[in-house]
Amino acid sequence: MKYIVAIIQPHKLDEVMKTLEEIDVNLMTVSNVLGRGRQKGVTEVYRGAREVGSLLKKVKLEIACNEDFVAPTIDAIIKGARSGEIGDGKIFVLDLVDVVRIRTGERNGNAIG
Amino acid sequence: MNTGDTAWVLTSSALVLLMTMPGLAFFYGGLVRRKNVLSILMQCFIILAMISLQWMLYGYSITFGPDIKGIIGNLDWFALKGVGGLPNPDYAATIPHSAFMIFQCMFAVITPALIVGAYAERMKFSAFLVFTILWATFVYDPLGHWVWGTGGWLKNLGALDFAGGIVVHTSSGVSALVLAIMLGKRVGTENGITYKPHNMPFAVLGAGLLWFGWFGFNAGSALAANELATNAFIATNTATAAAAFTWPMIEWIVGGRPTALGCATGAVAGLVAITPACGFVTPINALFIGILVSVFCYIACAKIKAIFKYDDSLDVFGVHGVGGIWGTLATGLFAEKVVNEAGADGLLFGNAHQFMIQCLLVAAAIIFAVVMTVIIFKLVDAVIGMRVEKKSELVGLDLTQHSESGYTLIE
Repeated sequence: MKYIVAIIQPHKLDEVMKTLEEIDVNLMTVSNVLGRGRQKGVTEVYRGAREVGSLLKKVKLEIACNEDFVAPTIDAIIKGARSGEIGDGKIFVLDLVDVVRIRTGERNGNAIG
Repeated sequence: MNTGDTAWVLTSSALVLLMTMPGLAFFYGGLVRRKNVLSILMQCFIILAMISLQWMLYGYSITFGPDIKGIIGNLDWFALKGVGGLPNPDYAATIPHSAFMIFQCMFAVITPALIVGAYAERMKFSAFLVFTILWATFVYDPLGHWVWGTGGWLKNLGALDFAGGIVVHTSSGVSALVLAIMLGKRVGTENGITYKPHNMPFAVLGAGLLWFGWFGFNAGSALAANELATNAFIATNTATAAAAFTWPMIEWIVGGRPTALGCATGAVAGLVAITPACGFVTPINALFIGILVSVFCYIACAKIKAIFKYDDSLDVFGVHGVGGIWGTLATGLFAEKVVNEAGADGLLFGNAHQFMIQCLLVAAAIIFAVVMTVIIFKLVDAVIGMRVEKKSELVGLDLTQHSESGYTLIE
């Protein structure tokens, strides 16, 4: 089992959800986050004062999946989120030790979907 | 000169200002996505500034100034020359001429601001400024002259528009439809996706402020603190209440839930529809105008827009266009001389002629607004380009047009 964390452009969320749906991955946790990569954020101006290096708004997706789904999920996120420009984001893949469904107490692979 | 009348008209002017900013700004601002909220507030705010200047410099003169062949006013009153403390009996005999001018200024301000909802989330700021000043000069000002200016050809025909159902709402609503079609859909809405309002409490707050300010708009249009102003005030409240009640009931009947946005939208539709009629109809007929406008506008927003697939982002045509047209025609149905001696009887009171005049008024306003808006659009699009680049649209207008963002996630 893997835990896939993807940081993407906020306006790409709809597309990523669509590409994930196409491969039957419907379960995810989504949150608004701030961050910055090599481009060091954006420039904002408030009453003439430039605020350089602000953090950029991003969206974070978290998806837990069984091994069979790892590669297709990563491909689907790339397909939906890539524009080819700086700021498209990153995908992190983590080993997932255990999953528990609270309602039933099921564990691991049975609990994941 | 009457001090009570003057006090009421000055108060009403401030009430109408409140309709644009913050009323309309927050109504629209709440309905767009987070990344565009400031662009809406900014557009409404700067229209208030820009058109105030346009109006005092030449807008008032070409709208209400000495007539040229029924089409336009001349520039004799350029920079308010001769527009001072003495009343102008052609418009209002009991208040300073300049009080009438500043009251009308707020109407000139809100009209182009209404159109903001049609091109929301995708218009280039520079193009927006140029479009707005051209539209105010070549659509609002001439149309205002035709209907309200001394010598205007529609006024001479006996067309009735008490507070701007044609001049303000039909003109902006129809122009909004033209803009929405010519500008194209927002990126991402091609597949029928609709974007969710980012802050519903803002939208409902804005609608509430619009209702409040509209008493200045409608009852102020009596230009005196008298029984006509009171009739307009009560007719306005009645039609708005009826429309605000009807819209959510329609939603409920057609299978959904009664929504807060439905109630707010119904209220705005009711305010629009009663605008041309409020100084000519009784409160009971205002009730019918209010119920029916929610039916018509609901159909326009929920059905017609879906069938023709235009992206009038915030339903400017569906509410102001359809509501304004209905209100203007309804004036030709329900008007009574008992309410206003200076008005006329409508179709239901045995005067079919007035209804025909109202139909002509609607047709003239629609044709003029459509043709002029198409021309201005083509012109500005060729010189500046009306629409932002796709990437700017995706990132949002707040950041790309104004280098600001409406909200922070953390301090």
